[in-house]
Amino acid sequence: MTLKIAACIKQVPDVTEVKIDPETNTLIREGVDAITNPLDLYAVEEAIAITRNNDAESCAMCMGPEQALDSVREAMAMGIDKGVLISDRAFAGSDTWATSFILARAVKKLGADLVICGKQATDGDTAQVGPGIAAHLNWAQACYVSKVLNITQEEVTVERLLDYGREVITLKLPAVITVIKELNNPRLTRFFKLLESFEKPVEKWGAAELEIDANNCGLSGSPTKVNRIFAPPSRNKATLIKGENAREKAQNIADIIAGI
Amino acid sequence: MYSEVTQSDIDYVKKIVGSENVFIAEEISEDFCRDELAGLKKSPEMLVDVSSAEEVSAIMKYAYERKIPVVPRGSGTGLVGGSVAIHGGIMLNLSGMNNIIELDEENLTLTVEPGVLLMELSKYVEERDLFYPPDPGEKSATIGGNISTNAGGMRAVKYGVTRDYVRGLEVVMPNGDIVELGSKVVKNSSGYSLKDLIIGGEGTLGIVTKAILKLLPLPKKAISLLIPFPTLEMAIETVPLIIKSKIIPTAIEYMVRDVILSSEEFLGKTFPDKSADAYLLLKFDGNSTEEIEAAYDKVAQICLGAGAYDVLISNTAEREESIWSARGAFLEAIKASTTEMDECDVVVPRNRIAEFVKFSDSLQDKYNIRIRSFGHAGDGNLHIYILKDDLDEEEWKKRLGQVFEAMYSKSKELGGKVSGEHGIGFAKIPYLKESMGEAGMQLLKSIKAAFDPLFILNPGKIC
Ligand SMILES: Cc1cc2nc3c(=O)[nH]c(=O)nc-3n(C[C@H](O)[C@H](O)[C@H](O)COP(=O)(O)OP(=O)(O)OC[C@H]3O[C@@H](n4cnc5c(N)ncnc54)[C@H](O)[C@@H]3O)c2cc1C
Repeated sequence: MTLKIAACIKQVPDVTEVKIDPETNTLIREGVDAITNPLDLYAVEEAIAITRNNDAESCAMCMGPEQALDSVREAMAMGIDKGVLISDRAFAGSDTWATSFILARAVKKLGADLVICGKQATDGDTAQVGPGIAAHLNWAQACYVSKVLNITQEEVTVERLLDYGREVITLKLPAVITVIKELNNPRLTRFFKLLESFEKPVEKWGAAELEIDANNCGLSGSPTKVNRIFAPPSRNKATLIKGENAREKAQNIADIIAGI
Repeated sequence: MYSEVTQSDIDYVKKIVGSENVFIAEEISEDFCRDELAGLKKSPEMLVDVSSAEEVSAIMKYAYERKIPVVPRGSGTGLVGGSVAIHGGIMLNLSGMNNIIELDEENLTLTVEPGVLLMELSKYVEERDLFYPPDPGEKSATIGGNISTNAGGMRAVKYGVTRDYVRGLEVVMPNGDIVELGSKVVKNSSGYSLKDLIIGGEGTLGIVTKAILKLLPLPKKAISLLIPFPTLEMAIETVPLIIKSKIIPTAIEYMVRDVILSSEEFLGKTFPDKSADAYLLLKFDGNSTEEIEAAYDKVAQICLGAGAYDVLISNTAEREESIWSARGAFLEAIKASTTEMDECDVVVPRNRIAEFVKFSDSLQDKYNIRIRSFGHAGDGNLHIYILKDDLDEEEWKKRLGQVFEAMYSKSKELGGKVSGEHGIGFAKIPYLKESMGEAGMQLLKSIKAAFDPLFILNPGKIC
């Protein structure tokens, strides 16, 4: 049976362009272009790569306003087989709970066997949507995937990058993984395929197609209340080990290890 | 002819700059005995780290009286032996004069000391939404070196070369006089443009101790197209078509698979595509995505019409990095693939590039030697590398000479010039002579004599 691989992609503001207004101290978003969340391109690449070596077909799913169609087309121009835009007025204002709920419905409708998400989006930075999809579907999940080692009809084996090392795990399909940059090199967009993507229909799924009622999406379906936004304290404090020469540096390292 | 450096000379210079800034004999690191041109090595008798125009002036005045040769030195990344002290004498290391003096946003100029590195300079201005367009591959070169070689780089197609961005210079003359040439002004018809003689003068006419550079607003967007072609010839023959279309990319580079593979190996990073034998790499910049898309759409159609397999679009920071860092490493990668190499940096009219590349390719078989090339296809400037591999010294010199002879005369026949951007220095003098002829060389020598009647500043270079 043909495996169905879904890459979830989001359109975000091009943050390299976002500037602070010095007068009001707020972000200037005017005229800022929308781009595909950079991490999601790694998900797209992996979905395509899997179809190249397996009996599989890839789909890019993007939830967002009409203009997010550009991101779907971009994924198709990289080589994704099918595009779906998940869009509805009723979805506006969805938090991570509602978004992952809507996406989970879409995944179900598609009949996906493996869902690949970027680790997080550069605008919200929550890293919750991938795991949220898995939770809503009650599927297996693995975050921070740095390598997809093997995939069969029944399971997928991946390597995860953790704070203190790497972990290889096998998940039963269907499953959700979220991926990091180390995973691959996203291929370039192909001009021919880009032209082709304008010929191919992109399905549009809204609340009706996904059978979602208004209480489960948009603002009313979003339990999150934002009290305060702040930068988290950095966790990994690196210490620079100093020394006059290699011998001294080695000694200093040895002392630290001895003290652990 | 020239005086040798004596103990009293050393003592004198130490009084000017402090003894900790003067190095002699084995205190002089091997790095200062050569540049990036293989095969030319010679130590200066005295290496001096200078920190101001006044110091440079005092040393020049003294050297002029004593008739000691002086070589100005930036980062030593030159490729023609320009900053090698072939007559010994004093080497002035200007890389410590590396202050950014003034950003004048009302005149859009930046005033710097000569030792500021290109990478520091571009970072400084880009953080302020400004742009210094000249973009030679080696970012650790000094701006003084760039000015002195009139460095070019990849963005020359659209933005021109270093010369186009120098408004004014402070220069120490061979006799020690300090002169100001040009200024912040935009236009200048006030007599001979002496500033323009110093630019590209390779440190033979004066020492640059301060430069006023012209800046532009930083373009907000850039994307690149990587365009695979069945053959190098087809790729390069497309360049004049692009230029004729009146769309001006920022850069048009060409490359072949073999060089891409070398660079992958050298960097340990994969290149986004290597399915084809040859590629054009184009960059577009502008202020809106729409503007850039309109430009590249037209160029993409031209390339496809000319037989390109496809057009690959690079539109993210990560992709740009993976492509351009590979492009930036080509020279080093080719170097790492052989034992020794020499380079031909000719420039030909843009509609003759294909012919020249084909010709130089054919020399591989004719002289039985490995030749690799890549380059700035959009401005007609080619970088062709002749590789020694396992040839013995004698055979290498012989075949290299023959290949160079053939290439430079072909370039002349096509209306080309000896150097597009690396300069003449020591290595290319014979070819310059052939290209300029007797009258032209005489003119160069007269100019040299007007600036430096005793021929003490960087002697043995250019003419
Ligand atoms: C990997 C690599 C890539 C390169 N790519 C390019 C490229 O794309 N385009 C290009 O144009 N060049 C390129 N170059 C060549 C080189 O980087 C340039 O020639 C550069 O301008 C040299 O600067 P430098 O500071 O290293 O000067 P040096 O090598 O130290 O000196 C170069 C010449 O300038 C003179 N000089 C230096 N400073 C002064 C001064 N303050 N006053 C007067 N004379 C001075 C020296 O006497 C010498 O003749 C490349 C080199 C390498 C190694």
